[in-house]
Amino acid sequence: MNRFLLPLAAFVLLAIVLAIGIRQSNTKGIVVSPLIGRAAPEFVLPNLLDATKRFDSRVMKGRWYALNVWGTWCIECRVEHEVLVAARQEAKLPIVGLNWKDEDTEARAWLAQLGNPYEAVPVDAEGRVAIDYGVYGAPETFLIDPRGVIVYKRIGPMTPEIWQREFVQRAAGAS
Amino acid sequence: MLPELGHFALILALLLAGLQAFFGLAAPALGRDRWLAAVMPATAGQAVMVATAFACLVASFVRFDFSVAYVAQNSNSALPLIYRIAAVWGAHEGSLLLWIVLLACWTIAVAFGVSRLPPRFGARVLGVLGLVSFGFLLFTLATSNPFLRLDPAAPDGRDLNPLLQDPALALHPPLLYTGYVGFAVAFAFAIAAMLEGRLDQAWARWTRPWTLAAWAFLSIGIALGSWWAYYELGWGGYWFWDPVENASFMPWLVGTALIHSLAATEKRGLFKSWTLLLAIVAFSLSLLGTFLVRSGVLVSVHSFAADPARGVFILAFLVIMIGGALALYAWRAPLLKSNAGFEFASRESFLLFNNILLVIAAATVFGGTMAPLISDAAGLGTLSVGPQYFNPTFLLPMLPLVALVAIAVHSNWKRGRLPERKRPVIVSGLVGLAIALALVLGYYGGRPGLALVSLALGAWLVLSSLVDPVDRLRRGLSLPRAIIGMTLAHVALGVFVIAVTTVETYTAEEDIALAQGETAHVGGYDFRFEGVASIDGPNYDGVHGMVQVSRNGQPVVTLHPEKRRYLVQQSVMTEAGIATQAGRDLFVALGEDLGAGRWSLRIQIRPLINYVWLAVALMALGGFLAASDRRYRSARAPATEPGEAGQGSTA
Repeated sequence: MNRFLLPLAAFVLLAIVLAIGIRQSNTKGIVVSPLIGRAAPEFVLPNLLDATKRFDSRVMKGRWYALNVWGTWCIECRVEHEVLVAARQEAKLPIVGLNWKDEDTEARAWLAQLGNPYEAVPVDAEGRVAIDYGVYGAPETFLIDPRGVIVYKRIGPMTPEIWQREFVQRAAGAS
Repeated sequence: MLPELGHFALILALLLAGLQAFFGLAAPALGRDRWLAAVMPATAGQAVMVATAFACLVASFVRFDFSVAYVAQNSNSALPLIYRIAAVWGAHEGSLLLWIVLLACWTIAVAFGVSRLPPRFGARVLGVLGLVSFGFLLFTLATSNPFLRLDPAAPDGRDLNPLLQDPALALHPPLLYTGYVGFAVAFAFAIAAMLEGRLDQAWARWTRPWTLAAWAFLSIGIALGSWWAYYELGWGGYWFWDPVENASFMPWLVGTALIHSLAATEKRGLFKSWTLLLAIVAFSLSLLGTFLVRSGVLVSVHSFAADPARGVFILAFLVIMIGGALALYAWRAPLLKSNAGFEFASRESFLLFNNILLVIAAATVFGGTMAPLISDAAGLGTLSVGPQYFNPTFLLPMLPLVALVAIAVHSNWKRGRLPERKRPVIVSGLVGLAIALALVLGYYGGRPGLALVSLALGAWLVLSSLVDPVDRLRRGLSLPRAIIGMTLAHVALGVFVIAVTTVETYTAEEDIALAQGETAHVGGYDFRFEGVASIDGPNYDGVHGMVQVSRNGQPVVTLHPEKRRYLVQQSVMTEAGIATQAGRDLFVALGEDLGAGRWSLRIQIRPLINYVWLAVALMALGGFLAASDRRYRSARAPATEPGEAGQGSTA
């Protein structure tokens, strides 16, 4: 064999490894959070959509739901917003939208303009609740089961595929 | 308007790069010499369009245009001007554009340089560079357009990653990329030479100054990143064997091998096919380095923009460029024959050993960097490779290499006449050993072990490298820049070895909790914690600590470590308090607030640490000096001195 072919052969091997690596990095989006499998921290916060009532996270007990952390200052939140709006129209899984470190007026204007995908919008103006949930950047979305246990966490914008595969199907499969 | 103009300029640049590649490669291949005239205008036009696009992006940042998604993600109305400009390359899209801009700068410099070379050869070089640029422009436009608009515009931006808000890190990517991209020139010369079938010594001579300049830029870029990590990450380390650090280090190691094997090829017509392969591999590793960070294949602290869709494009590009180059190599290299012989102890065989050791070193780094990926791909689970692997395996080829250089600087081309020159080698070796013994036993203290060996090797290399140049000066002979540069780089390697050994062996370190007014004793110094005060920056707030350092009751210095909380991204950064005293760094970083006025502090005394970076800077200076040697200038137009060309590409 021509020994000058060896570098090419080595590179072909490397390319195969890289190709497998890229395939697998599609599934690497799941960052293992220490909170998965633990009870979701409970909270009571002001409700953006109804100033007269506070939102108590315990009202969600007994149902599957998604907790989406968002803010009007967050660019990727805008990217995922239409995915969430479509998800609400599908009505398979309710979404609670934790409004993180935001201005109430801007948040209301955002929902009025772009549509409201949320069943409730608790306002976490100081970011205390987000700290309890270990949020380090919006958007993040948690899947919480009827017992109030965190089952799954998505970091980064929601996509229709992830929503179907990781959220809707998990909730449907388990119940 | 400006973002659209920039976008349009990028599209035009893509078309012009395509023309540059087509005419540059097709004209010589088809023998249509009239087409050659189109290469230069396409090259110049591409550079102008790329510069226009870059200027548009800079302007969007300077003018706070938050209707541009990339600006909104990486800037903020409170961000100072210098960081708004640095923010241009603060994330994926902009750093790709920076890569393209730097490639255009190198290409223009090469275009002036090749005007003295045979026209077909020059056209091929520019054609290959055009092809590289085409790939990057296509990648940018297809997957990573920095000019995408946001509708409606964001009221304010998400701010630049606070890690990047630092002067050294503002400069680190441009310098690093200048080095990476510079290896594209060596690559283009190698491909052009193979296409031409013209593998005489001339191409090695044309390639050498460019490669030296690229290598020098890469050295500075790496050193700057390491220096930044030292004072900004707050851990007091300067090298972490992080995948991205390794990605820049591998092309450096192979590039170092390349500049040495180019010497043998140029002077003696030896190792021709090996030199070609190194030129291909150095650039391939640069491409791999650019992309490993970006594709999400390797997870590291640097990968702030990981995206598998980009990964597929990148892989296709790598397969075409590197696979194509290596296929060409497999076809052309067998035609090469070396006719020159050399004796065992000649300079040629030392350069051969140098290359073998450097390539082994690069391979160990490559293995460690890729191992997690390979184990993952093979389904063996997640594997993490850290300093426990890298430190010992890297030393194995490197310590012999230092000894090799100390001997090799006295060798001659062709003849193994080393025995006649053994006196300076042995004398400098003995003096080096004596210095190391005196340092270890008399000054630093502690038992002699590996540190003694590497200190002795370092001192030996410094002394041995200086023997010949000093001798020449004493005899009133002139020193060409190539010799000064080489000597400087070899002395710097010796200094580097001494500095790293000293830092690694004799650092005094303590993590301690102190209340206001309490004192810690570390390495003969007293550190008295004077408490913290709050500070207010333009886009951050935080606390500012005060630590009085004294020695034997005499005050030495006051250190001010800081902990900053960047408001928009809510991330906390440490700014270590560092003072350099008599060759050692006094380092204090502020840890956690433990309540009741107590803080955890990390205190370190690191001897000679600054000499680590100083040594790399000296190596780079040596590279620039050698690149600007008279020999290379006389071969081309006076305006294209490689040193100047290099400087032009950072501006």
